[in-house]
Amino acid sequence: MSEIPFEEDVTFDDLPQLKQPAASDDFFRMSHIDKYYTIGDEQMQVLRDVNLSVNEGDFLSILGPSGSGKSTLMNIIGCLDVPNGGEYMLRGQLVESLDENELADLRNREIGFVFQNSQLLPRLDAQRNVELPLIYAGVSPRERARRAKEMLEMVGLKDRMHHYANQLSGGQQQRVAIARALVTNPSLLLADEPTGALDQRTGRQVMELFHRINAQGRTIIMITHDLGIAANARRVVHIVDGELSEEDARNA
Amino acid sequence: MRNAIKSVVMLWECLRMAVSNILANRLRSFLTVLGILIGVMAVIALITTVSGVSSSLTSSFASMGAGQMTLSITGSDLKSGLDRDDLEQLAAVDGVLGYTPSVSLRARVVKNGAYETNMTVSGKNAFYFSHTDGALERGRAVNVLDEESMNFVCLVGETVIESFFYGVDPVGETLYIDGMEFSIIGVFGDAESSSMTGMMSGSSDLMIPYTTALKMNNESLVTSLTVYLEDGAVSGEVSDRLSVLLDQMFSYEEDCYTITTLSGLEDTMSDMLSMMSTLLAGIASIALVVGGIGIMNMMLTSVTERTAEIGMNKALGARPAQIQFQFLVESFLLSLMGGAIGAVLGVALSMALCNVIGSAFVISWGAIALGVGFSALVGIVFGWAPARKASRLNPIDALRSA
Repeated sequence: MSEIPFEEDVTFDDLPQLKQPAASDDFFRMSHIDKYYTIGDEQMQVLRDVNLSVNEGDFLSILGPSGSGKSTLMNIIGCLDVPNGGEYMLRGQLVESLDENELADLRNREIGFVFQNSQLLPRLDAQRNVELPLIYAGVSPRERARRAKEMLEMVGLKDRMHHYANQLSGGQQQRVAIARALVTNPSLLLADEPTGALDQRTGRQVMELFHRINAQGRTIIMITHDLGIAANARRVVHIVDGELSEEDARNA
Repeated sequence: MRNAIKSVVMLWECLRMAVSNILANRLRSFLTVLGILIGVMAVIALITTVSGVSSSLTSSFASMGAGQMTLSITGSDLKSGLDRDDLEQLAAVDGVLGYTPSVSLRARVVKNGAYETNMTVSGKNAFYFSHTDGALERGRAVNVLDEESMNFVCLVGETVIESFFYGVDPVGETLYIDGMEFSIIGVFGDAESSSMTGMMSGSSDLMIPYTTALKMNNESLVTSLTVYLEDGAVSGEVSDRLSVLLDQMFSYEEDCYTITTLSGLEDTMSDMLSMMSTLLAGIASIALVVGGIGIMNMMLTSVTERTAEIGMNKALGARPAQIQFQFLVESFLLSLMGGAIGAVLGVALSMALCNVIGSAFVISWGAIALGVGFSALVGIVFGWAPARKASRLNPIDALRSA
């Protein structure tokens, strides 16, 4: 199946309006985050005193080899996991203080996930997949369909709305996943190896889409082991053995 | 209001997803619900068939013994049974047409050196022959004179004719019953087998005057009789009047007699049948429990298979309760589908069974409701644990397994 080229006439106005910015200091701040797993009676320290602040509208890459703790960091950023120590503030909310349901609502509202594998449900078509987060948010069917269509148009899949995952190419699936991530109008797009399963050309197209999304003002945090992909970001931090070190990718 | 709408939307979405999940694994879903299906089918077929049989029994019962009641006397120390005067008093009660005492004995019958042991000899009165259609086939019946003078006369039935009078007319012949010589005055018909009394006492081989039968049993009093009612007499009222009289006869001692009316018998019968159907349905519902375990098994497998999907949904912001609800709806729906198909098949099966048995077929909505309701309950009960497991999955573990 051939790749659908991006529609060049798509303007950034098509993107949903961003929420009112939070007090810049509180948008995203991690201080002294520790995370360890207990395996048997051995403690495995995965994250060690991680400090990270991200401004609203930033495009950040977290670069690290496998086993460096970057997945764990991503899970904590995505509110899928809680740290053992330290403080994590997202949009003015202290994440550690939230219960399971509040975390679920926070993920639904504030974070859009893009995974290495698009993780589309094979039994649902593209539009229904994009609607999923809105179903959990309790949005009415009509409004859901409208927003899903809008998002799919934005990622250039206007004529693939009723295709199923197995009828879409890898790049198209990933674009559906991006549409799904953005449909709740989150303040943060969190991507884990978003191009890991794609060839170079489609990977570049996805990055191009990321740039456009970022240019609209949305914050993106991308986790990758690929230096070339990481270089797309405005800011790159390295993670090695659970410790962060920062450098400016543009100046490197 | 807004929350209510949200819940309805959520329920609808869950149903949609559940249907698509069930259809995505058609064969597996079908095999899983087979247990429920068979259970519900068995429950409905059994209950419906038994109730069909019971209603046919009741109606044939009514046609058989309408206008009769039986009276059995246990007696007191002073009075162990009813004598002829007592019987006449009973016969005079308002609404009573007449009575037939039930006296029977087992005897050895000899004719010309040939013999049969263990033949059933019933004592009858003249009233029996004059008020039972088809009671007499040939010859003459027992008359009042025979009763009063305890004549040694008898009527024979088919079994006796086959044993002793093959190809010969027995009327006018004699035979020996327990050593006493009896003259054969007639041949009785098969009216007995279709009456209530006959059904309860078994069929007779020979009939003699009841007074003669009492004498041969070394008794003088009647302890069991059938009372025939006049047309239009209400059995309850007549039985009350008989009770008054009998109480008086037995000096108001307790537990001296039992009056069994047809409706009483019917009640006993239907009690027995409904007990039987409850028992059978209970056994059949074991299949429902087994089916429930099958559903639980499939749902647990499904949760494991869909670990990544569950993790994804959690990442997208599904609350644990929403995940749990989604899986619960799926097992509920699965089980309900099995129940519904089972109900249809159960009705069809019981229709066929009733046809074969020849009893009336009445759709039992109660049984259908019971079967389908129980299957839905099974879906919820056995779907609970898998759904809870799904809702408790750690999203990270869930996603990592992908």
